[in-house]
Amino acid sequence: MLKKIKEFIIERLIFLSGIASIVFVLLIFIFLLKEGISIFKTVGLFDFLSGRFWYPISDPPKLGILPLIMGSLLVTLGAVVIAVPLGIASAFYIAEVASPRVRDALKSCVEVLSAIPSVVLGFIGMVTLVPFVKALFKIPTGLTAFSGSIMLAFMALPTIISISEDAINAVPRQYKEGAIALGATHWQTLYRVIIHGAMPGVIAASMLGIGRVIGETMAVMMITGNAAVIPTTFLQPVRTLTATIAAEMGETVRGSEHYYALFAIGIVLFVISFLINVTADLFLHKDKR
Amino acid sequence: MSAIEIRGLNLYYGKFQALINVNMAVEAKRITALIGSSGCGKSTLLRCINRMNDLIEDVRTEGSVKVDGAEIYKVRPDFVKLRKKVGMVFQRPNPFPLSVYENVAFGPRIHHMARGSELDGIVEASLKDVLLWDDLKDKLKRSALGLSLEQRQRLCIARLIAVRSEVLLMDEPCSALDPMATLKIEELMQRLKKDYTIIIVTHNMQQAARVSEDTGFMLLGELVEFGRTEEIFTKPRDKRTEDYITGRFG
Repeated sequence: MLKKIKEFIIERLIFLSGIASIVFVLLIFIFLLKEGISIFKTVGLFDFLSGRFWYPISDPPKLGILPLIMGSLLVTLGAVVIAVPLGIASAFYIAEVASPRVRDALKSCVEVLSAIPSVVLGFIGMVTLVPFVKALFKIPTGLTAFSGSIMLAFMALPTIISISEDAINAVPRQYKEGAIALGATHWQTLYRVIIHGAMPGVIAASMLGIGRVIGETMAVMMITGNAAVIPTTFLQPVRTLTATIAAEMGETVRGSEHYYALFAIGIVLFVISFLINVTADLFLHKDKR
Repeated sequence: MSAIEIRGLNLYYGKFQALINVNMAVEAKRITALIGSSGCGKSTLLRCINRMNDLIEDVRTEGSVKVDGAEIYKVRPDFVKLRKKVGMVFQRPNPFPLSVYENVAFGPRIHHMARGSELDGIVEASLKDVLLWDDLKDKLKRSALGLSLEQRQRLCIARLIAVRSEVLLMDEPCSALDPMATLKIEELMQRLKKDYTIIIVTHNMQQAARVSEDTGFMLLGELVEFGRTEEIFTKPRDKRTEDYITGRFG
């Protein structure tokens, strides 16, 4: 009898722990929606998304987040252009080319890279990369989208490398043997066969890397210059969605239009990350089938 | 001259000796079977002939293997040429995750043998040789992973025909197939015999008796007996062969 009660209690506890995470996610989501949707009573959804000016404390406030969306996209695009090819190439090197000793060393390095807090990366970028970019391009400030992209690429790299590497290792050995037994060189085996087998996983890895970049806040806030204007080149300051929330939430009056607008930005970010994660998931599952 | 001549071959995986002083001469355009219980080294011996054992770490070989009179162990061979000439069919059919067409075209492409309509011709001829053309001619663009196991194994053989391999090493090519598919692959081997030297490793003594002209019996790394198949199966010279053939062990 006692045993039965014990079983019952333990089962309930495990159930509660499991359900708790779902409940918390739902609560956060509801809160975000409730606070964010209020803004659309005063500003239309279309005006909010496509407004060219973000002057939240002017009178009346102008709450258009197009410059912020463009800022986020530009920084992300730059980071992707740098991190995806580099990440995939190093994943192939680690999985297929490197000797076991080099492989172990590289894998630990990648793990260390992912362990560096983003604020530290931002700080390092601020004192090294930013002056360098300024001097290199002879521009008035080094706080640019370009600098942000480089630092964010570093953050996306560990994700891209480790997940791509898993995907490459998961390619059945028989494919490789088959190609080599046909007289293919190592390189031919790699780019004609293994890459096809690993493709879904590599795409998923890239998407998750992009997801990480778009949600990143601290480093971009420190090195992109935070000017809320629609960017025309990589070499000008931009402000991202994330940095806007982080920088302004502390100064805004609770319940003001500005406050609700920041939550609405949160919803936009949520939707973007959600879409990216779903895409990544689709590719990962395609891999398994 | 024998197509493949093996003299005094020893092979070690680390400290373990997997092949012990193997001597064997395989004649061209015949089917040679290697039989023996699992772990006896028959696959290892097969993989010596196209040097696939080199993919395994910590492998050491001594002795001589000649393919078409050319030494492949004492001097470093051209691996690309060797493996083009000596093709391999694996236990699990392993078509690439590409289309049917690209699977067959893979070899000719990497060896820069043909392109365009000439390549189409090679693909068609190779698929006809393995009797897949009629079934697959409208499905060349489909993924090869959607084929049945038997079709996949045929496709793997077509891949070798496309690069004009001369020797086909078959490592238990039917062990993943059902009896009907096995029979069809065996028929295919008989068809291919006139143009190719085939060496088949098999678990299945009946299969060896059915398809091969010559048979080698291996036990614990040694090639115990090698000779005409009917002699091995009817009047073996070695007591151990007789015990294995009659099912006393194995």
